[in-house]
Amino acid sequence: MSEVKGASVVIIGGGVTGLSAGWWLARAGVDVLVLERGIVGWEASGRNGGGATHVYSPFGLEEQRLWPQMDELLGYPTEHQPFRIGVALTETQLALARRWAEIGEMRGLRWELLDRKQLKELVPIVGDDVIGGTYLHFGGHANPQRTVQAYAWALQDHGGRILQHTTVTGLTVRGGRVSAIETSRGTFSADTVVIAAGPQTGLFADMLGVSLPLAPARVEMIATEPIPPMRVGGVAGNGLYGRQTLRGNLVYGGGPHEWVNVPDMAAPEHSNTSLVRNLARRLAELFPGAAHVRVIRSWGGVVENTPDGLPVIDRLADPSNVVLATMSSVGFGLSPASGRGISELVLHGTCQFADLTALSLARFADTPPDWRERAGWIAADAPMVNAR
Amino acid sequence: MTLDARSLTGKAPRPERHVSLIVVGAGPAGVAAALEAARAGVEVMLVDEHPVDNDMMAMDVPLYFGGRMDPAVRNRALMLERVVESNPALAAAADAGVDIQLGTYVWGAFMPGPTSRELETPLLGLADDRRSWLVAWDRLIVAAGARDVVLGFPGWERAGVMGAGAVAALLTRYRALAARRMVVLGSDDLGLRTAALALEHGVEVAAIVEVGDRVRGDDKLARELADRGVPVLTSHTVRGVRERTGEVESLVLVGVDADAKPVEGSERAMACDTVCLAVGLAPSIELLALTGARLRFSSPLGGWVPEVDASLRTSVPGVFAAGDCAGVHDAMLGDPDLAREQGRVAGLAAAASLGAPAARATVDAAPATRTVHSHWQWWLRSLLHAGGLDVNVCQCEEVTRRELIATRPPRYLVWSSPQMSARSLETLLRDGPVNQDQIKRLTRAGMGPCQSRRCREQVGLLLAESTATGIERIPLPTFRPPIRPLPLSVLAPADEPSAMREDWVSWFGIPTQFSPHWEGPPIDEPTYHTRLVGE
Repeated sequence: MSEVKGASVVIIGGGVTGLSAGWWLARAGVDVLVLERGIVGWEASGRNGGGATHVYSPFGLEEQRLWPQMDELLGYPTEHQPFRIGVALTETQLALARRWAEIGEMRGLRWELLDRKQLKELVPIVGDDVIGGTYLHFGGHANPQRTVQAYAWALQDHGGRILQHTTVTGLTVRGGRVSAIETSRGTFSADTVVIAAGPQTGLFADMLGVSLPLAPARVEMIATEPIPPMRVGGVAGNGLYGRQTLRGNLVYGGGPHEWVNVPDMAAPEHSNTSLVRNLARRLAELFPGAAHVRVIRSWGGVVENTPDGLPVIDRLADPSNVVLATMSSVGFGLSPASGRGISELVLHGTCQFADLTALSLARFADTPPDWRERAGWIAADAPMVNAR
Repeated sequence: MTLDARSLTGKAPRPERHVSLIVVGAGPAGVAAALEAARAGVEVMLVDEHPVDNDMMAMDVPLYFGGRMDPAVRNRALMLERVVESNPALAAAADAGVDIQLGTYVWGAFMPGPTSRELETPLLGLADDRRSWLVAWDRLIVAAGARDVVLGFPGWERAGVMGAGAVAALLTRYRALAARRMVVLGSDDLGLRTAALALEHGVEVAAIVEVGDRVRGDDKLARELADRGVPVLTSHTVRGVRERTGEVESLVLVGVDADAKPVEGSERAMACDTVCLAVGLAPSIELLALTGARLRFSSPLGGWVPEVDASLRTSVPGVFAAGDCAGVHDAMLGDPDLAREQGRVAGLAAAASLGAPAARATVDAAPATRTVHSHWQWWLRSLLHAGGLDVNVCQCEEVTRRELIATRPPRYLVWSSPQMSARSLETLLRDGPVNQDQIKRLTRAGMGPCQSRRCREQVGLLLAESTATGIERIPLPTFRPPIRPLPLSVLAPADEPSAMREDWVSWFGIPTQFSPHWEGPPIDEPTYHTRLVGE
């Protein structure tokens, strides 16, 4: 028999959600082990818009409460910056920006409408065609790359462990509990297992005989060379999400996604498409004053969505020692709160600071197996290879 | 079946044209490939980025120009004329019907694949100074050449520190090198030939500096240079650059012992306006990497190179590699016919694979056997001893060697905490093997506008040196489009499929995704979910 290793809590997946959960658990003195296929935060967790403004979510207020403290709590920099500016080039865009602001207002958060002149003062690179915008005195953004590493390091500082380059290949259920976690580096045991494996979370659910409807999709972003930092870096609009980083780079994404299949535990391919050009076009429209700025990088990666686009954060009834966690493609900003929520599900069986009913798996009980086809969320036929 | 209007379906880009064969790079290999395929009756487009514009040169793209361009490079028409004049083989290619596009950057390759299924055909992203466009292709021959390997020393950010590849390009293609007196670093054939080329073009060469204890390149060539008054200073390294108003004024050299450590009292300053780094060349594999071609590490070939068969086919169907980008070594420098032969073989193989009547030809495996990285590492070691750790390893982001090794967050964060101070490359290594991309994300080394052309090798070598890891065991840092830094306005397409504009959303467009949770499940609006489960 191979050596059995383990921890009180084993987390499958070293993305931002799993790392945050692990950090909260380690802080609480729990013996926690994160199993990561590659390097922590390597996929969409470490490369995304960095936005931290999700007030609509059950985790929204906790997100707002926690972010300003995260640098201090973690002991490492996250580059968190407060506030958001929404820029509108059309009435439709303005209505959308207002909608985001008003959702905050419903939770008692402050915002103001900006006219063209105010907007140009705050964001000098917008054009004369802006019609207005919103200034949110809440929300913000952080650096995903730095933040995922901060979670990982802080988790270790509290005695938690991370095993990188370790692929989980199977789960053994015995007596209504996951009794063993098979990996490329041997078998592990745990009192509780958290599955936070991004696009692959559904594959793990399958192993437990649980149906978790998830559709993976490829999304893309571009990054420019740095320009002088603006007063507020969290500026977005024109169908783009993103920010100006503290260094000064403009990092933005948006536009059409491509539904894909993630059939196994291998890291999905990370291709970019010529969508980088369409992103460049919208960024130049949003910021005509930066149209000359050079694009120096891009990123393409795979995220996952549930049928309603909302997370599944749930403790399963059977097997009884498993927490499923997918943030449905919106995980980074909410991570301080989602990780805390997951840690409470592990420790107390329920989340004490937020009502997670809306995020339960039960809502998909009647989702038919062919839901992706019905929704049109399916991968195109494999392309023909035309050579050789 | 329902279609997701917000997905990429139906928004596939329209390539401007479709070409049977695109050859990238109009050096000896690329021109030979294009010529051979065209003669076999294949429709060929030959693309080369030279003449690149002054702004691109100022960022050291694609070569390490070090600000030593003559103002004449701003005259695009004149530069185009010179680039054409300096490459007589282009005329033969044009006569054979090759469509030659100069001053055209190749910034991306987009391949259909498991997570890129909407793409119907492989595409190449091209651009000039004004706009970008896409071209579809059946076969691609990459003959992108090699770029300068850069190792820093105190003052290497100054105008006048440049690479051997850039010196050759500015002397021969552009005739626009603003240098009068040069010191060459490196005595391989690369250094010796660069010195000879400089002399030929009336540039004074003060000396050739070699960290090793003997000349590494061709003896005869070294003797000829000595006869012309160019000494090779062996067992020497660079202490630093003395500058005036940001320009190189002199180079301070120092003798080194058998451990690559400076010898007391052996310092000497050598007046020069240009320092030419001729330590080595690295194959330009960016485009090949974007096509997904499998790469392997081969030190005698300059590092990471594509896996190719005897017909120079890469692992990607339809993609070939020829010339320096498939592996560069001293013999190729001395004899352009080696690259030409590779180009010819690739051109014939590409033509044959398209059904054109073309003879079968193969190349022998590369004759190179001498590894180069241990020598580069020796140079780096000497520079570390002579220049210390407070030297930028990444110029764009101003990351020093010390900051890299300590995995310090960038200085502009003004961050300090006991936890952060306890972290370093050493602690990172406890969690997994050294990874250049991970360290880039932590320190920003390699994240600047030069797209890591000036620091890729020295960061890799420094990581290898600091962690006692073989350089071949450090994974190749990733490449992403655009592999040339292009302005937003250039990259942006002039037109888009109407669906791209009409159905554009910032994130998926799932109606319930961002609805306030306290409003309960949406009732008024039919959602995707209710639509699919039925009422």
